[in-house]
Amino acid sequence: MFKIVDGPIDELALESAVRTDADGAVIVFRGVARRHSRGREVVHLEYEAYPEMAEKVIAQIGDELKTRWPISRVAIVHRTGVLEIGQASVVIAVSAPHRGEAFQAAQYAIDRLKQIVPIWKKEVWSDGSQWIGWENETHSHEALAPRQ
Amino acid sequence: MPEITSERQICVRVRLFASYREAAGTGRLEVPLPDGARVSDLVDVLAVRLPAVRTAPGMVAVNHTYVGPDFGLHDGDEAAFIPPVSGGR
Repeated sequence: MFKIVDGPIDELALESAVRTDADGAVIVFRGVARRHSRGREVVHLEYEAYPEMAEKVIAQIGDELKTRWPISRVAIVHRTGVLEIGQASVVIAVSAPHRGEAFQAAQYAIDRLKQIVPIWKKEVWSDGSQWIGWENETHSHEALAPRQ
Repeated sequence: MPEITSERQICVRVRLFASYREAAGTGRLEVPLPDGARVSDLVDVLAVRLPAVRTAPGMVAVNHTYVGPDFGLHDGDEAAFIPPVSGGR
């Protein structure tokens, strides 16, 4: 399951989509909108995606996970639109026979997602707003190619 | 600029997102280019209307795949200008 949705993410659906009877570990990572950022108070967040490409790229990340770790299944769903504080913008579920690889794969998935998936976040404050981008990083298209 | 070998032109569909979309006032443009044009030529043309593609450079994806400045464009390609993806730690 690799999807971009414009409403609340059904976390139980992700969890049941990845769990198999062979698994001893299911990791569910939830990225949520937080109140404070860079010393300012956030009213809400707005996420915008390039949905046709974003779904392909998160599926690519799923392939990368399976190449690197002996996991069973992975599901990644990202939400777009306006998010209130505490709501989940992204949920990643990974299942594996053992917890070690499930934790590692889930960490890699969220780091990679923030690196290459074409989704943008706007922080809206009471007195303004700003699109949040990469900070102190340089990127080349080679770095964004699939990793083996 | 590309070496222009004929009078033929191609038309590229441009998609803009987030800060680029707001700065340009639109999320979609159609840009005519000479046959043989590369991504760097498209950047040159677009920078006239949207200087941020130079001052705040991101990535370019053609038909949903990230490419470099030398990538050759073809008629009907979809070129997306990807400002830096959302951060967060």
